[in-house]
Order: sequence, then C-alpha cells, then structure tokens
Amino acid sequence: MQYKSQAVAKPYFIAAIGLFLGQILFGLIMGYQYVVGDFLFPAIPFNVARMVHTNLLIVWILFGFMGSAYYLIPEEAETELFSPKLAWLMFWVFLVAGALTIVGYLTVPYATLASMTGNDILATMGREFLEQPLPTKVGIVIVALVFLFNISMTVLKGRKTSISLVLLLGLWGLAIFFLFSFYNPSNLVLDKYFWWWTVHLWVEGVWELILGAMLAFVLIKITGVDREVIEKWLYIIIAMTLITGIIGTGHHYFWIGTPEYWQWFGSVFSALEPIPFFMMTVFAFNMVNRRRREHPNKVATLWALGTGVMSFLGAGVWGFLHTLAPVNFYTHGTQITAAHGHMAFYGAYVMVNLTMISYAMPMLRGRSANSRASQLMEMWAFWLMTISIVCITLFLTAAGILQIWLQRMGTSPMSFMDAQDQIRIFYWAREFAGLVFLVGLVLYIWSFFFKNSEAQAAG
Amino acid sequence: MVVNFNYMNILINNSRCTRQIYATPPGDLAIWFFIFAELLAFGIFFVAYAFARAHNVALFDESQQHLNRTSGAINTLVLITGSYFMVRAVESIKQGYANQCARWIGAAIGFGALFLLIKSFEFYSKFSDGITLSTNTFYMFYLSLTIFHFMHVILGMVILVAVMIKAKQGGYSAENHTGVETGAAYWHMVDLLWIILFPLIYVIH
Repeated sequence: MQYKSQAVAKPYFIAAIGLFLGQILFGLIMGYQYVVGDFLFPAIPFNVARMVHTNLLIVWILFGFMGSAYYLIPEEAETELFSPKLAWLMFWVFLVAGALTIVGYLTVPYATLASMTGNDILATMGREFLEQPLPTKVGIVIVALVFLFNISMTVLKGRKTSISLVLLLGLWGLAIFFLFSFYNPSNLVLDKYFWWWTVHLWVEGVWELILGAMLAFVLIKITGVDREVIEKWLYIIIAMTLITGIIGTGHHYFWIGTPEYWQWFGSVFSALEPIPFFMMTVFAFNMVNRRRREHPNKVATLWALGTGVMSFLGAGVWGFLHTLAPVNFYTHGTQITAAHGHMAFYGAYVMVNLTMISYAMPMLRGRSANSRASQLMEMWAFWLMTISIVCITLFLTAAGILQIWLQRMGTSPMSFMDAQDQIRIFYWAREFAGLVFLVGLVLYIWSFFFKNSEAQAAG
Repeated sequence: MVVNFNYMNILINNSRCTRQIYATPPGDLAIWFFIFAELLAFGIFFVAYAFARAHNVALFDESQQHLNRTSGAINTLVLITGSYFMVRAVESIKQGYANQCARWIGAAIGFGALFLLIKSFEFYSKFSDGITLSTNTFYMFYLSLTIFHFMHVILGMVILVAVMIKAKQGGYSAENHTGVETGAAYWHMVDLLWIILFPLIYVIH
C-alpha cells in the first residue's frame, strides 16, 4: 500500500465478500425451491429469494467496484484520496441502506413495502433487478455521486492515467444510466425499453470499462509490463466494447413490441460483443507471458487470467448462443438466459472483483502477498467456484435446451409447468453444483484467516 | 533495391513506381484493430443485406428504384477525391512539407463536408417522403447503412481536423508522421466502405 487513504478500500472489500456469501445462500435456497416449490414457504417465497439473490449480487459488485476505485485511484493519481472520511461515511450509508432494504424484502410483503416507502409518489418498484424501494434508489444515487465526487477530485489533483480515466468514465456511466431506474412509463414496451438502459448499458457497456480498467491495473502491477502497452490494449478493448455494446442493446428488444429493425441492429452488433471479451482474454495471457517480474502473489494472477477466460465464455460465447433474433425467437426467457446470466456475471464481474481483492487485500494488510498456504487455499477456492459455475451453466443450458424442445417446438408443445417437471433432474444437478460453489466460497473466506508468518513484506 | 532496416520497411524501386512494403502496417497499430472492427461490423451488415434481399428480391428491386443514384455516384467521386488528397498529404509530410500536408488534409476535410452536404439533401428528400426505418426491410438497410456511414464520415473528419491542427503546429516531420498515416488509414476505410455500399445498395439489382 503506497498511500494511507487506500486503506478505506478494506471495509468495502470485506462488506462485498460478506454480501457475496449472502447472495450464494439465497441462491441455494432458490435453487432448492426450483425442485421443492414450498421450501421455506411462506417465510421466504421464491420471488423474494430471487430478489435478494440478484440484489445482493448487484450491491456487492458495487461495493467491490467502489473499494477497487478507492484502492486504485490514489495509486494511479499518485496522491492521497480527496477525502477518506467521506469514503468511510458513504460506506456506512450504503451498507445500512442495503441491509435495511434486504430486511424490508424479507420481513414485509413487497406490496406493503412499496406503499410504506412512497412508491405511490414515484413508482419505480416491481421491476427485475430494480426492485429497490424509492429511498434506497435515492440513497444509491447520493452514495454514487459522493463517491464519484471523491474519486474525481482525487484524479483532478493528481496524475491522470488512461486507467483512471477509463475507470472514471465507467463509473460515471454507471451512475448516469442508473437514473433510468427512476423512469417508469406506464406503457410496458417503453418501460422495458428504458429498463434495459440501466441493465444492459451497465453490464454490456460501462461496467466493461470498469472491468477493463481494473484488470489493466492489476496486470501492470503483477506483470511489470510497460504501461504504454497495457494502455493501448485498454483503449482498443473499450473502443470495441462501445462500438458493439451500445447498439447491441437491441438484442433485448426482440419480441417485446419494439420496431422490427431492432432484430437486425441487435443481432449484428451484439454478435460482435464477444470480440472485446476475447481481446480481454488475449490481453491477460499476453501480458502475463511477457511479464518482467515474478510477483509473489500467484493467486491474483490466476484470478486475472480466470477473468479473461470466464468472461469470454460466459458473456461472449454463452451470450452469442442466443443473441441472434431467429435463435432468440425460441430461447427468449428460458433457462438458456439463466445459464448465460450465471457464467457471465461470475466470469466478468465476480471474478474481476475477486482479482482486485486478491491483489489488494494482502497489500492492505501490510504484505505484498499472502503465505503459500493461504494462496494455495485460495487457489482451491478459485477452482471449486469456477468449476461449479461451469457445471451450473452446463446444467442450465441442458435444462434450457430441453425446455425449448418441449415447450416451444413441435405441433403440440407442453405447458410451462409440465415442461418444468421434465427438467427437474437438471435443477437437482444445478443445486448440487451450487453447494460445491458454497464450499469454494467458504474456503475462499477461510484463506483470509491464515497465519501469514512466512508472508512477504509489502513492497 | 534498397533495404531500409531503420524503419523496418523494404523499399522496392522498379521502373514504374516506388512501393513500400511494411513489416507493420502504416500508422498506429491500434487504428488497424479499430478498422478491422469497423469492417467486420459493416461486413456483417452487408451479408445481412444480401441475405434479406435474397428472401425478397422484388421488394428490394422496387424500393431501390427510388434512390438517387446520381447523388450517390457524385458522392463516390467526392470521397475518392478526398482519399487522393490524403495520399498527397502523406506524401507531403514524408518529404517534410508540414504546411503543404496540412493544406491537403484541409482539402480532404472539405470534400468530406461536401459529401455530408450532398447526403443530407438525399436524406431530406427521403424523410420528406415519410420514409423511416420501419417503412420496409430495404429502407431499414438503406437508412441504417447510410446513416452509420454518415457518422463515420463525421468521425473521420474529426480525426483529420486533429491531425491537421497538429501538422500545422509542426507536430509531424519526414521522420515522424505516424499520426498522418493513422488519419489517412481511417479516411481510406470510410471511402472503401462507401465504394462497397454504393453499388450494393444503390446499383446492383
């Protein structure tokens, strides 16, 4: 750790991992409800478990992004953070707001929560991923603005690098596109149309810039490759991301009542979306192969390479599987989407956060890398979580293919629920893989509690 | 035959022309990734056009009749001329004439603007006829491809303006003129796209 104020990243990372654990537990509850429908009913109905699972995912990724920015920006800008106090304050505001929201989801019926929190003043609730009550949404905006003010001021007073500028662009984009969550037209088509401006333009747009910047930062640190080389890659990757990702939004506009030309726009541009992810993979491996130093933190390198590979597979390949309009005609809203969602989120945004945490956390604790035993444990965690997410994805893909075959093809297709009965075996397999994932996550958390007597002093 | 190892270029002189064979493409390598991506996006669109047309030849042929081929042809000449000016700009800077280079780039920018002007009249006439992306599949392709291309001309001009300003300020020399080549490469791509787009959409039936 080169700057004292970087220390503020630590609580963000800890909160992120804590919420990650919560996300996985609710995923397991929900995965079990897929096969035993009344499990935990009426305490935690399926729709609530799902909402908690997805909302925790988003919130912990945001915690991870903010922690990463607080760690990365001072080092890139070569100056202390503008205001560590503000960062601490926002940490508690965000954590408390997040916790209260989850408590609200779990203790009050959703409709009651909506009326309690002023949804009749400005109706924003009831939409997938954007279920948060109005005060939480306003809170997210305030936290995001204060956070952006803090890091933007830091960059302004310090050295301006490509990495910090790309990161800032991504984070500002994140805040700006969240504003569409407040816009909720009564026309269902328009509602969905602009809903994607938050959801798609986050994960297939500005978040990719954040991912690219974080990966580039860690790669510079662990490989010692020239900044110029890494920055050039970064520029090409973000250019490709924006060229393909922005109009690629169109691949969500099939069959929901939007004009037909979106089928062409969406298909063509989103078909190119794997390219930036592929470049990210090539980039990561290339830089590691050209490394000029042997960084003692081997497991951070593993996470960085993993991010490249898994984001390409999950976001790129599994996205491409169902992105063409004629294919999507059959696959729209089936388990294929769930398969893609799991591997893409894990491969891109979970892994890049874990890469950053893996690199930064030892530094924050005063050493350049953890002990061998601790790293070995973390590598086990890496492989367990990664292999189980691959299994989850494959099982859900198989479930999706069967679902499409039974429910959407032929002259007398099955009803939704009948088709669901036929694919139970895959849901069982998915739940088992989910348990393995939990084991991996527990090992991951355990690796933080290793004694680090043989650890190296921070460089 | 002269082999110039300094710039990793092999200069081959023969009786008719001087040709350079580069070990790496001229200009910044990054622009070639960008150009490759652009060509890929347009390429997929061109293939999609062919695919869609094959399914509805009559509609495409009928709609195509209403396009203004004359303005399209003039615009082809305008862009090719602009590309020629960029060739002259690169030649000038290679001989160290920075001001002359800037003037040639200025001329290329001017022809880009002329292209935009002519194209705007064409769009105006189509929009006045009430044609939109949803009129039919042909017009969807016609409008999207030409509007995407239109925006690329604007982007190309922005790049050229930046290069021209730097050239004027003496930022390039006979030895160091990667930026000029980079701008030229992008500008030629804009031209190349139109050379494919024009016959494909306006002429072939």
